Order: sequence, then C-alpha cells, then structure tokens
Amino acid sequence: MSITIAVAGNPNSGKTTLFNALTGSNQYVGNWPGVTVEKKEGVLIGHPEVVLVDLPGIYSLSTNSLEEELARDYLLESNPDAIINIVDGTNLERNLYLTTQLAELGIPMVLAVNMMDEVEKSGAKIDSTALGKAFGVPVVEISALRETRIDELAGIATQAAQKKGHLLSVHRFSGGVEHALGHIEEVALHQQPEHKQRWYAVKLFERNELVETELGLSPDLMAHIAQDIRQCELEYDDDSDSIIAAERYDFIEEVLGKVTVRKKAGDLSPSDRIDRVVTNRWLALPIFALAMFVVYYVSVNTVGATMTQWTNDKLFGQMLLPAISGKLADWGVAGWLQGLLVDGILAGVGSVLSFLPQMVVLFLFLGLLEFSGYMARVAFIMDRMFRKFGLSGKSFIPMLIGSGCSVPAIMAARTIENEHDRRMTVITTSFIPCGAKLPVIAMIAGAFFGGKGWVAFGAYFLGIAAVVISGIILKKTPLFQGEAAPFVMELPAYRWPSLKNIFVTTWDRVSSFVRKASTIILLAAIVIWFVTYFGWVDGRFQMLNGGQIDQSIVAAVGNAISWIFKPLGWGQWRPVVAALSGLVAKETVVSSFGIFYGFSEAAEGGQEMWTSLRAAFSPLSATSFLIFVLLSAPCIATISSIRREMNSAGWTWFAIGFMTTIGYSAALMVYQIGTWLRGGAFSAWTGIALGLLGLMTWQLFRPSPKAGSALKRANAGVRG
Amino acid sequence: MKTLRDVRIGESARVVRVHGHGRIRRRVMDMGITKNVEIFVRKVAPLGDPIEVNLRGYELSLRKIDAEIVEVS
Repeated sequence: MSITIAVAGNPNSGKTTLFNALTGSNQYVGNWPGVTVEKKEGVLIGHPEVVLVDLPGIYSLSTNSLEEELARDYLLESNPDAIINIVDGTNLERNLYLTTQLAELGIPMVLAVNMMDEVEKSGAKIDSTALGKAFGVPVVEISALRETRIDELAGIATQAAQKKGHLLSVHRFSGGVEHALGHIEEVALHQQPEHKQRWYAVKLFERNELVETELGLSPDLMAHIAQDIRQCELEYDDDSDSIIAAERYDFIEEVLGKVTVRKKAGDLSPSDRIDRVVTNRWLALPIFALAMFVVYYVSVNTVGATMTQWTNDKLFGQMLLPAISGKLADWGVAGWLQGLLVDGILAGVGSVLSFLPQMVVLFLFLGLLEFSGYMARVAFIMDRMFRKFGLSGKSFIPMLIGSGCSVPAIMAARTIENEHDRRMTVITTSFIPCGAKLPVIAMIAGAFFGGKGWVAFGAYFLGIAAVVISGIILKKTPLFQGEAAPFVMELPAYRWPSLKNIFVTTWDRVSSFVRKASTIILLAAIVIWFVTYFGWVDGRFQMLNGGQIDQSIVAAVGNAISWIFKPLGWGQWRPVVAALSGLVAKETVVSSFGIFYGFSEAAEGGQEMWTSLRAAFSPLSATSFLIFVLLSAPCIATISSIRREMNSAGWTWFAIGFMTTIGYSAALMVYQIGTWLRGGAFSAWTGIALGLLGLMTWQLFRPSPKAGSALKRANAGVRG
Repeated sequence: MKTLRDVRIGESARVVRVHGHGRIRRRVMDMGITKNVEIFVRKVAPLGDPIEVNLRGYELSLRKIDAEIVEVS
C-alpha cells in the first residue's frame, strides 16, 4: 500500500536539505499545475512505498501567496497520510506559527525540530517531550545538514501515516474565541467529519471568503455566524483574524517559556554582525556590486564563455560534427539524411548543450547566494529601484546574466518568489543584449557608424530602456493588476551553505531544462533545417546546397512577408530572412547575410560584406534593423526556456508577441520619425509612428489604475 | 496615530493594532506582528526603503508604506 507524506515548513527552515537527505537522488522535479512554482516529489530511501511531497516553503496557510494557496489546496484536497513539519530550532517562535495551523487540518503530523546542532552550540535547550505534548504530536530533534536522527524521523512519520488516523488539535484559544468556535461548529459544521471541523470553524471565524464559498452556507446561517463573530470582536476590541493570529503567537510564547532555556540575550549573533557590514547604509551597494561582478565575471566571462566556446567550436565544430559527417559519408547514408542529422539535429542539440557549462556555473553561484542567505539581502538592497517597474529586487540577477545569455538568465528568475514579478522578469530579460547579439551590433556599427563604441553602448541602453518601459507599461495592464503582493520578507540568518544542497539543486535545474527544452529545440531545429535547406529550384522542389538559400522555403516566406517590414525601411527578402534566421541563434543573422552576399565564411563583425550592406541599407534603416533584431522574439533556445519557466503556452506566446510588438514599434518609430525629421515627407506611416509614440508616452505616464486603492488603503489605516 | 514607520532606527516599539486590509494585513500578522509584540527597528536599506526590523528573534524587512498599517505605542 502506498503512503504519501507531505513535508511542510517555513522557507529557510532546512526543508530542502531534509527532503534531499530523505530521498537522495530519487526525485522528480516538475511544476505545480498551471503555475511557475517548482514541485518536487521523491521516494523515501529504502522505502519504495513511501512518497514524499515537498510543499513550497510557507509561513502560514492563510493563502496570501501563491505558494500558500498551493500548499493549502494540496493538504486539503490530496489528503496526504501524514505531514512532516520541519521547524528551525533556532527560530521556534515564528516557525511554530505554521505548526498551530497545520495541527488543525486533522492530518497526522510529526514535528521535526531542525538545526539542533546550532541550538546546542548556542547553549539553548529544548524540552521536546513537553513541546510534543503542547501540540499533541511526536517531536524528533534533527539536524538535516548532518543527517542526525533522520532515519528515526522517517520511521515515526511512516508509522503515523500507516495508521491512517486523524489528528485532533489540542491547542485551545481563549474562552471567548472557543465559545464562538464551538457555536460555529455546532450550527454550521456538524455534517463535516469531526477532524476537519476545527479547521473550518477557525477559517469561518476569520471570515475567510474561500472557505465561505467552499462550504456554501445559507445566508441565514452566515448572518448567524457573523453575529457570534461580532460579539467576540466587541469583547476583545480587535478584529477576528487579528485575534486568532495574536492568540496563536501568545500560545507559542507560553509554550516556549516552558520548554526552552533561552541563550543569553543581548549579544549580536554572528549573522547580525555580518549584516552590520553587508547591508550597511554605505557599504551595501559596493559589496553588492562586487558580488555581482564576481558572479558575472566567472559565469559569463571566464569559465562560462570559455567552456561554451569550447563546446561549440571544439567539441561540436571540430570533433563531433566532422567525425559524424565522416562516418555517415563512409556508410553511404543518403545526402538529405546526413543533412538532417548533422545540420539539423546535431547543430540544434549542440546549441542547447553549449549553454550547459555556463548554466551549471551560474546555478552553482545562485545556489550559493540562495542557501547562504545573501539572495534575500539582494532583494532588500535593490527593492526600491526595481519595484517601480513591476520587478523584484531579485530581478537584477537575471538581467545581469542576460548580458551573457538569456537562457540561464530566464531560469535564474526562479529565485523570485512573487509570480507577477517572476513573469515580468521572464518577459523582459531577453531585451538585454546577450553575447550572441554582439556580432550583429558589431556588423551594423562597423558598416555604418565607423565601428564606434557608442553603438554598443546604445544597444545596452536600449535594452535597459526596453525593460523599464515594458515594466511600467505592463504593470498598468489587467494582466499584472490585482492586489500588490506584500513585500514583507524574512532576512534569514546567514549560514554556511551545504555543498550537497547546491549540487543537488543545480543538477535538478539543469537536468530538468535539458529534458524539457531539448524536445522543443529538437523539433524546432528539424523544422528550421527543413525550411532552410529545401526549396524550389527551376520549379522543382528539392534539397538545396549552402549557396542556394535564396531559393529556400524560408526565402519564399521572407519574400511573402517582406511587405510587413517595409515601414521599417528594410522590406526586402534578404534582411527579412536574415532577421528571421535570428530565431535559430542571434549570431546567425550575420552568417545569413554572409550567405546572401556570397561569402561562405563571415567574420564575427562581417567586415567582408560592409559594402554590400551599405548598398542595401541607409544608416537609418540599418538602425531600425538592429533595433528590431535586438528587441523582437529571442532565439528558439530562449523561447523554450520561457516556455519552461512560464509553464503555460499562453504566457509564452504572450511573451513572444509582446517582445516582437515592442521591437517592431521601436524600429518603426525610429525609422519613420527619423525619416521625417531629416526632411522626408510626412506620410501616413509618420502619423502612425507619432501615434504609437503618443500612446506609449500616455501609458507610461498615466496614473496607475491602482493608485486609487493605495489611497483606500491609507484611509482604511485610519479607520480603527 | 504613531505607526511603525515613525519609529526611529535603533529604537523599539510595542504593537497596538494592525490596520489595513487584505493580503498585506494578513501577511504582516502571519509574520508575527501582532498585538503587544515588541519590535526593534534595526536599519533602513541603502536606497532609503525598505526597513529592517527585529521581532520574535528574527529579522524582517518591510516597505515603509506597509509599516504604516502597524500602529505602535
């Protein structure tokens, strides 16, 4: 008979460490259905019949965040056989708040008091027998990091689960509240199973709308209950939800007074001492800049770039591809099949694999930042700057990494807790010019602007401006509206991160990327290969050789849609197809021009074809082309990682559509308004471009539809 | 009404009541800011917002605008 045990606890309570210790490598990492939150399941080591579910780290079951909602829904609807509630022994007071709520669900529970090694070192003591008695559950003192008494915990939890019994909460609120709760149970909940009554009663007392709808009580009954609650509120001179929260904490204080011997107060902990420097008013920003520089320099510039280049050029370019082509030719494999395998599949897979080294290095760093506690400080330091455009302080890291490669950058957005902020970060990150866009920038700068450095600088400025403008614009759309997510964030104590945790997390993230993304990329690579290498020569459909790309399907498509790009100043098939080929990888734009102008091998900056380019573009239309390539839909690998992180086809299409719209509009405005300002005639397109500019400015500066509710909030503050 | 926002850095205050509504109010209470708890305001972020406070043995950061819903004495 299979058993399911849910692992629940606060963020930073060591939940991930415990989960890794209990399941080893038998984990499956996915997403909770329809959302961007990671879901982990695993099998208990040595007990194939016991499945562990790692719930998102939460502080409460009040459903004021997506994570809380997921955890609550899982616990209420999937009926796990037991809960392991892990609490941080060095911070029991706040950790046990969740415990008081979990204990009301009726599910058998084991309390795992973690970080006992640190507790003992600090000289504090915990009487776990008394603690267990107060909550009516067994207690095991563990150290997830050192894996002490982990087996004992697993054994007790399995036993509790096998009984398939119910937990009845032993905690009692004060007299007046219990009176109201009892009354609510009596009139509204007697048809519910006994072990669930208390949970519902407390929620009804708190006027939780979700539960009110779920139970579907008659208006009469609701009015009756409301009277009970009102009476209690008058008696306590406080709101019902606030009475409950305060009494939970009062109860915990009372219990802790009995079961713990506190360490001597007054001294600054080592963590506080670190923070005196790290988040110091003057030192915080320089230290942050230094930390970011190291992350960037190592993961993007040195290790990452070198290894990426090695994988691309040496492993694939010089070793694998020629060897495999040679073998295929030896075996006499048909030409088209050779093409499919080498130019299509291998090149496509190679483009995924070449990101891996960079991704691994980056995720090792992210793990270090997250598990040490510094990531929360990043949000603390950068919040003020980023929240203005709907991003989180933690969005800084994806943006920074994005200047190397958007694929790991978008995956780095996973460390952002709030779903709105995370989606916004995923949508805007690839505006930052990545390494693959540099050759395109160099080509345009070289051919039209004497290779001046300000073009590259301008490209970065454009990227940052696009992030800021998109953030402000999107924030005011209904998609990102709704009540602002509270930024009330714990700054966890600094800890030495466990290497095992960092490696396991990195492995999970990288391997899940490879599994999910590679299928999309493989398919896309085959399609792109087909449309590039097949076409009509003299009216006959056939496979093409390298020089015949102007007869390919993609060229036909380019021709057919080139009118769309006419208002941007480059409505011929060559630039259009070159821009489209950027979907494979942005640097392909340069090599496509190379092929079109008859250069078999184009240099990084495409010096050979500057003359040809000058014939095809004016400086203004070249600028418009560059803007479009920089801002519009990213490469297929990035798109597949957007798909992976968004966990929704709709959001992925929205992201691609939004980027392309921004790219197109920006290029249109620059070209049309530019032409007009330089003495060109005022055409209908000039009018459209000016209209777009006006619309954008209006959306940028109009007050947020939410400003009203902020005012309301301030008023509500005065009410009591 | 004196709120948590008005407490100077390096000083402590006792919570009288949590105002506001919705998720922010709920979250603030869940994190332990409830009636009668003592809060120590430790510092303000380098850019002037949010603030860092200490309560119930741990460090919490919140924006100044959200600190306004916490009435203190």
